[in-house]
Amino acid sequence: MATVELRFSALPEHVRTARLVAAAVARRAGVEEAVLDEVRLAVGEACTRAVGLHQAGGVTAPVRVALIEDEKQFSIEVGDEAPRSAPGDRVPGAAGQGEEPEADGEDEMGLAVISGLVDDVEVTAGESGGLIRMTWPTTPAPLVS
Amino acid sequence: MDLSLSTRTVGDRTVVEVGGEIDVYTAPKLREQLVELVNDGSFHLVVDMEGVDFLDSTGLGVLVGGLKRVRAHEGSLRLVCNQERILKIFRITGLTKVFPIHTSVDEAVAATD
Repeated sequence: MATVELRFSALPEHVRTARLVAAAVARRAGVEEAVLDEVRLAVGEACTRAVGLHQAGGVTAPVRVALIEDEKQFSIEVGDEAPRSAPGDRVPGAAGQGEEPEADGEDEMGLAVISGLVDDVEVTAGESGGLIRMTWPTTPAPLVS
Repeated sequence: MDLSLSTRTVGDRTVVEVGGEIDVYTAPKLREQLVELVNDGSFHLVVDMEGVDFLDSTGLGVLVGGLKRVRAHEGSLRLVCNQERILKIFRITGLTKVFPIHTSVDEAVAATD
């Protein structure tokens, strides 16, 4: 079971909340302070992408974020429920709806940032949606003496 | 934390001072500001990012969009940033080759190349 699980309506204003919660749980799990900025950015990118996919596809389901603390690692899973026929396929009309041309490819830019930041990342997608799983090593908290 | 924006004119440059977090929620405000400046005839922009606490790919997209707009008018868009965590995002996306990044507003305003 996830240490902390978060579900939020696919709206841009909630992405910040997901970043703050993820960073707080990562800190408690023992992710190094220097890496927390990366955690914050990576989870924000993953949630931004999920929000975009939900909005473009008219998906009303919430975006799901699972924060998982294991013995020596901390993982974040960001799941969307936007169906695609093949991994990486764009939802039809995703680039439309009043977005400016430069908004095209932001999706890919988000993934580029994630893969540039996180060494251990898995991106999967299927008929029922997609999942980004990112993992960081943790250093165990010193025992209180 | 929200986004704060203020603009001032220095010679033929318009300095946009940005503070707070630029993300998927706040980036549209920055986009509107840049579009408005270009529509009003300001084609040489200096975006001061020293007060920015957080920047994501949505924000990068808006800056790239601003650059495209000013370039259409033979203009320029320069960034001022000394924060390592913000600079890192420009580096991993290769955008350090796209934007001139300066260490101070004075340096950005004086730059001509």
